[in-house]
Amino acid sequence: MTVIADIPDAPRAARRSQIGNPVLRWLRANLFSSISNGILSIVLLAVLTKGIFSFVQWGIANAVWLTPANDSSACRAVRGLGACWAIIPEKYRFILFGTYPFDEQWRPALSVVLFIALYFLSTRRAFWRRELIYLWIGALALISVLMWGGVLGLSFVSQDRWGGLPVTLILATFGLAFGFPLGILVALGRRSKLPAIRSLSVLYVELIRGVPLVSLLFMASVMFPLFMPAGFNIDKLLRAQIAIILFAGAYLAEVIRGGLQAVPRGQYEAADALGLSYWRKHRLIVLPQAIRHVIPPLVNTFIAFFKDTSLVLIIGIFDLLTTAKTAIIDPAWQQFSVEVYIFVAAIYFVFCFAMSRYSRSLEATSGR
Amino acid sequence: MTTDTPRPPPRPRFFSAWGPSELKGLFWQVLVVAIVVGVVGFLWSNTVTNLSARRITTGFAFLGREAGMPIADSLLAYNPRDTYLWAFVVGVGNTLRVAVIGIVLATILGTLIGISRLSANWLLSRLAAVYVETLRDIPLLLQLLFWYVLMQALPAARAAWRPIDGVFLSNRGLIVPAIPLGPPQLWVLGTAAFGLAVVYLIRRWLVAQQMRDGKPRPVWPFAVSFVLALPVLVSLLLRVSWTIEWPELRGFNFVGGLTLAPEYFALLIALVTYTSAFIAEIVRSGIQSVPRGQWDAANALGLRRSFMLRQIILPQALRVIVPPMTSQYLNLTKNSSLAVAIGYQDVVSIANTTLNQTGQAIEAIALIMAVFLTISLSISFFMNWYNSRIALVER
Repeated sequence: MTVIADIPDAPRAARRSQIGNPVLRWLRANLFSSISNGILSIVLLAVLTKGIFSFVQWGIANAVWLTPANDSSACRAVRGLGACWAIIPEKYRFILFGTYPFDEQWRPALSVVLFIALYFLSTRRAFWRRELIYLWIGALALISVLMWGGVLGLSFVSQDRWGGLPVTLILATFGLAFGFPLGILVALGRRSKLPAIRSLSVLYVELIRGVPLVSLLFMASVMFPLFMPAGFNIDKLLRAQIAIILFAGAYLAEVIRGGLQAVPRGQYEAADALGLSYWRKHRLIVLPQAIRHVIPPLVNTFIAFFKDTSLVLIIGIFDLLTTAKTAIIDPAWQQFSVEVYIFVAAIYFVFCFAMSRYSRSLEATSGR
Repeated sequence: MTTDTPRPPPRPRFFSAWGPSELKGLFWQVLVVAIVVGVVGFLWSNTVTNLSARRITTGFAFLGREAGMPIADSLLAYNPRDTYLWAFVVGVGNTLRVAVIGIVLATILGTLIGISRLSANWLLSRLAAVYVETLRDIPLLLQLLFWYVLMQALPAARAAWRPIDGVFLSNRGLIVPAIPLGPPQLWVLGTAAFGLAVVYLIRRWLVAQQMRDGKPRPVWPFAVSFVLALPVLVSLLLRVSWTIEWPELRGFNFVGGLTLAPEYFALLIALVTYTSAFIAEIVRSGIQSVPRGQWDAANALGLRRSFMLRQIILPQALRVIVPPMTSQYLNLTKNSSLAVAIGYQDVVSIANTTLNQTGQAIEAIALIMAVFLTISLSISFFMNWYNSRIALVER
């Protein structure tokens, strides 16, 4: 990494780094390379120590970890001084699975495990084969069976009782699974020579990207029933899912278009010279190269999109964030929302951070 | 392939002027357009039927009716007797109030953090990296709810927390001393803005003159007279008062000063901190994109550090920075619509209330789209103009 601030002092720093033991040398080079840097380091250290100290005091030393069921008196006693982590063991099943029947919650739990296993397998290069698609279809079917039930002796659970982490994962996964092919089609359409197809694609992308997701979700929840013939009702979750797919499609289309632009002209011409049809040319030659070019920005779009699924809170769908917000409506625990938000933030963070690390590693190896 | 038979002549075609690819193209276009028109027509006819079944008349006539909705915190004056149209305008004002201030603050904070990430001070660069990673990987809506909860957990007005004299932080929001802005003050500020525009034009003209004959012409006399002297003169002529109003606690509430409601304040903090993490990464990669040789060359010339940054590094970095920055500004503006989750009434929230009160779903959504498309286009327009100014001019 280029370090800008050390350039004026580079010779001096180099001379200094010859002396002293390794620890002192490191300290001198990284924290005390000049007087102003030294002062800055000391101030930062002081602030950091104070911050860590008060967090440890609040979050660990004075915290309440467990209370008897439904009894928040111990937490209220330390309110303002310590954290009430006891709310997590009290509420975690509701936060993770919402109002899914309590005895059946192993089913959404298993679905979450399946989702995570799928994500994990899909990130391994060794699995980047056609079979992966069949695996995805099979696993998604299995997840549907687990969530809905009604077959194989599993009791039926209607969609309005689903909630929490599985809903977040479903919205994100299906949004990407359908948004991705849609994005490819729209990106191809935007680069097409046919004026009608091109202008329709441009219109779609610009309209969706020009407005906030919130308004798309409102549209899905309020206007969808207006669009449909009388007596035809689609579920609220499905409506939100459609809005999310349309949203993902527009954003992914722009990323993929960037990849298409990066494929050299010669590749198109070579494919034409071979006499490949339009679809075979793109499927076999252009798209694989285009998508390889944009894998890092694609992962970044996935991260943004995963976070954005939380907006369904606004139209009252019980995703992870909504269950967290609902869990603290309970008057006994109302004052301890910060702890719940930290817990849920940690879950989102784990997913997004894993994705961003993965994107980083792909970037490092993409040359190979 | 044993014999060298000549290829059969092409079959005669019906459309002899068109080759097969044109025909295929036409076929695909007709097909796609037909599908789109069919779907839109189907949805449209359903909508018309549904609307008439629910006795909802279409059109924007409802905008003239009395809104009756309360708007707690607004930039423009509003009372529930006003029309829906005015409520919309107030909502647009609220959106812009968050977006404009948010963009300015996020740019400043993001640039500071981006530069910190490149600092030679290990501790500072690590802390900046942790800030960026944490904020980027947590949904904005969650952060917004978190800040809002913290705002509500602040002490009541009587026990308000005062970091500096005259500034109060309580569960009623942030209250700071302010100069009350009425029409006379706005006139003076308007004159100053006008003066700035005049000076900008004069400067362009002076630079053009200098380009012709090489004689430097100072711009500061014009700057002083138009930006400083003219507003002061107007201020004296109109006898505008510029006294600062200090907030004070009277009874259970504050009087005077400028109040930033908890909803507005939480939204602003969340948008600024979240967007600044993205801006920090853009600034960092922009600075890193400047080749090391440029630093070395500037050092070798013995340039002062500030001069080097301003004249050599920043102009090159900005070319990389401006396009992605534009999309961050657009994102911040669109993200301000999350306000609806904490009850700050921006344009989306007001449109949603209108929609629930009147049932005019299509019109309300169309208005939201129109507002955001206008804002997006203006930001893109301005940033493209700026980008074309700083872009590398190649032969």
